[in-house]
Amino acid sequence: MPVVTIDDKQIEVAAGSTVMDAAREAGIYIPHFCYHKKLSIAASCRMCLVEVDKVAKPLPACATPVTEGMVVRSHSERAVEAQKGVMEFLLINHPLDCPVCDQGGDCLLQDIAMGYGGVASRYAEPKRVVTEKDLGPLVATDMTRCIHCSRCVRFGQEIAGLMELGMPGRGEHTEVMPFLAHQVTSELSGNVIDLCPVGALTSKPFRFNARPWELSRRRTVGPHDGLGANLAIHVKGNRVYRATPVDNEAVNECWLADRDRYSYEAINSDERLLTAMVKDGGQWLAVDWRQALAQAAGALKVIRDTHGGNAVGFIASPRQTVEELHLFQKLARALGCENIDSRIDRADFAGQRDGVEWLGMPVADLNGLDRVLLVGSTVRKEQPLIAQRLRQAVKQGAQLNVVHVADDDLLCRVANKLIARPSGLVEALAQVAKAVGAEVEGLGTVVVSEAAQALAASLKSGEKKAVLLGAVAQQHPAAAELHSLAQAIARATGATLGFLADAANQVGAGAVGCRPGQGGSNAAAMFAEPKKAYVILGAEPELEAWDAARAHDALAAAELVIVMSPFLGHGSDYAHVMLPIAAYAETAGSYVSMEGRLQSFNAVVPPQGEARPAWKVLRVLGNQFDLAGFGQDSVGQVLAEALPEGEATVRARLGNGIAGVAVAHLHAGAGIERLGETPIYQLDAYTRRAPALQATADGQAGQAAAASGVLIARLGLAEDKPVKVRHNGAETVLKLVRDDTLPDNVVRVAGSLAAASRLGPRYGEISLEKM
Amino acid sequence: MLNEIKYFFKTFLLIELLQGMAVTWRHMWAPKITIQYPDERTPQSPRFRGLHALRRYPSGEERCIACKLCEAVCPAMAITIESAERDDGTRRTTRYDIDLTKCIFCGFCEEACPVDAIVETRIFDYHGEKRGDLYYTKDMLLAVGDKHAAQIAQDKADDAPYR
Repeated sequence: MPVVTIDDKQIEVAAGSTVMDAAREAGIYIPHFCYHKKLSIAASCRMCLVEVDKVAKPLPACATPVTEGMVVRSHSERAVEAQKGVMEFLLINHPLDCPVCDQGGDCLLQDIAMGYGGVASRYAEPKRVVTEKDLGPLVATDMTRCIHCSRCVRFGQEIAGLMELGMPGRGEHTEVMPFLAHQVTSELSGNVIDLCPVGALTSKPFRFNARPWELSRRRTVGPHDGLGANLAIHVKGNRVYRATPVDNEAVNECWLADRDRYSYEAINSDERLLTAMVKDGGQWLAVDWRQALAQAAGALKVIRDTHGGNAVGFIASPRQTVEELHLFQKLARALGCENIDSRIDRADFAGQRDGVEWLGMPVADLNGLDRVLLVGSTVRKEQPLIAQRLRQAVKQGAQLNVVHVADDDLLCRVANKLIARPSGLVEALAQVAKAVGAEVEGLGTVVVSEAAQALAASLKSGEKKAVLLGAVAQQHPAAAELHSLAQAIARATGATLGFLADAANQVGAGAVGCRPGQGGSNAAAMFAEPKKAYVILGAEPELEAWDAARAHDALAAAELVIVMSPFLGHGSDYAHVMLPIAAYAETAGSYVSMEGRLQSFNAVVPPQGEARPAWKVLRVLGNQFDLAGFGQDSVGQVLAEALPEGEATVRARLGNGIAGVAVAHLHAGAGIERLGETPIYQLDAYTRRAPALQATADGQAGQAAAASGVLIARLGLAEDKPVKVRHNGAETVLKLVRDDTLPDNVVRVAGSLAAASRLGPRYGEISLEKM
Repeated sequence: MLNEIKYFFKTFLLIELLQGMAVTWRHMWAPKITIQYPDERTPQSPRFRGLHALRRYPSGEERCIACKLCEAVCPAMAITIESAERDDGTRRTTRYDIDLTKCIFCGFCEEACPVDAIVETRIFDYHGEKRGDLYYTKDMLLAVGDKHAAQIAQDKADDAPYR
């Protein structure tokens, strides 16, 4: 390993590293704009020029590899002179109007200009002006400020997987721009805001709202997908202004998915439930907490005493914290009720599972996989940052194999794929199972296609392998069969079986026992055989449930529905008591990510209005029933009770094994069928109420029905026109868009969609009619 | 010995009284410096730091761009600003409040302002009958600026050669 001297400091660095790497290791700061630790080297800004002994001219530190005995001076007179020269050139075309710039106070150029810039500008000639670009509802532009570091361009190519921004033109005419009439639609697009060292790309919803020095940064964990992205919420005066990523190499690296970045808008939404409300003779009355809790507990007690504990259904959102879910199931069990579940968007609960489904490995290990089989996952939309990690793995030579219901573009090389209609997904996976020689009964009739053979061959080779089940597979009507087939494939090929949890605390909910107990009903059964009363924590079953229409009807017919929610939502249609609880940044607690990582966080802002953290509400509800064990003073106490040894307790409860499932659904249906996956921005109550996310292309696409061009032509329908969708005896009108990634005879009508909530189950026969 | 003689004469010659009367006599005929406030006023420097005002451009457009530097520099934390994007896409304040009961009239806000929007005028004799009366909002500050626009512009011009 070469030994180099930087600023009189001798260090030994890995061969092939650059002077910049060596300096960072030695703790020496070299000013730079275009260099970024996660991106390729461009050496376009020239700010990192350093003096190297025996070299006539200054060299860019980021692009100069170290050699044995190299002597580098980063702060010598010559180096500083070169850096100051570059700074002056950079400032020639950069507007000197920091006071109106949204990046002011947060700006790398401003900071470095303080150290290397001149006192006054010598440049009196006209400056360059660049026309604004429309990058969509998330990223605001001020393109005149661009210094052409090309970080955003490289991010698109290397991390987001799709080059949505380019840099045409030369010299002064260079401009960063999207392709003609295109916007930036990547689900990771918000990261260019952090990457941009100047104010050229800034956050549109945050635009001109606050200055960085006014904001205090407080850490929390993303509430959406099971990754548990670490984020910093920026707060001023008890109001959330924005969210930015916190570096954590093991979880989100330095990136953040757009929904984690922009869903804070929901916290400030007008739809927040601000006071406790009770329904009195069909009228909603705002009441104080004491009265609301007494009324809720009293009514619940009457139901329990007359019909027994199991006449009540307890349904929680898997995006509530570990502490809340623990107290929720504890309350239910203390009342003699075993109908507890957080899996309202699941259909198939068959089989005996040996633990809580999880990723089966650390998230960081995904980058090092050699072979991956992704089953039923629209991974870019379900898990934007997991998709990014898989993309990096593919770049390093991994073979990504896909068995899915739509041929969507994963923005990387896919080795083999089997695309089947939803009802044919089991059969497609069975082909793979048979081809790898997995021990599964009842596969005699399955005909193995050539694609399945190739896929199996790929899975049989390689060292580190994983079979990952996505949200489509987990919500599938035959999810248990898919699970059991995937398990057999994993066993036959020596791969790790993993589940991509689509909710922040899905693993945590299982680990604290938010699951039906002995004789209890699961979420689907609770709505199929309606209960007398329901207690709902954070969830919106009328949208999120597997059969939203049935869930709504069951709730509307119930004698008592107690809703604990941060939002007013549709709860007022069916609830009898509504208790306002804190939204995600307003409560302290913990999430267990899909890799079994327990991450605790504090509240970053106080709850709005009369809302209170749900764990406190549940504790007081427990007190109303005079139950023992509801005297906790802090979330810490609740966590110690829920998971006595923290992460170790979680690990002991994890397990991806399944037994007792016969593979039976081997024949695909014949008619047109629905694909009811959850769109990226309809995922939960927060994303649904974030206007900026809803305005994006993904947000809009999620609201429409989609079918392939072939199917649209065959049915004589028109693209981009409203169409009548009929399903399960109900109908609705949606815009029909063309999506050629879908197989023939499949219509994507998203689940969790208000417009489609009367349509019934997420999968099944569906028909389209011209308006 | 000498002091005793001096003291003897002082006891009946009333020299101190006459000296005092001389001062009175002199001032009786000297020019008067008393100002008949509020009918008369003392001269003020163009740099006088009195009541704040928000200025406009001659076109009527407000100068303030919501950069918040005055808010950041204010040692008494008397300034509260909220900003947003206006319909025409420019950066503007939606709230600009100065709590004059907190303000120490140091003039840092005026120094920090990159567009000469917030200024301290020559006005010092304003009052409030309740505490809240001295909490000046954006409209009030703009009104002060509008009313004294000519004077403020003159003062700025007078001070310009020294900046």
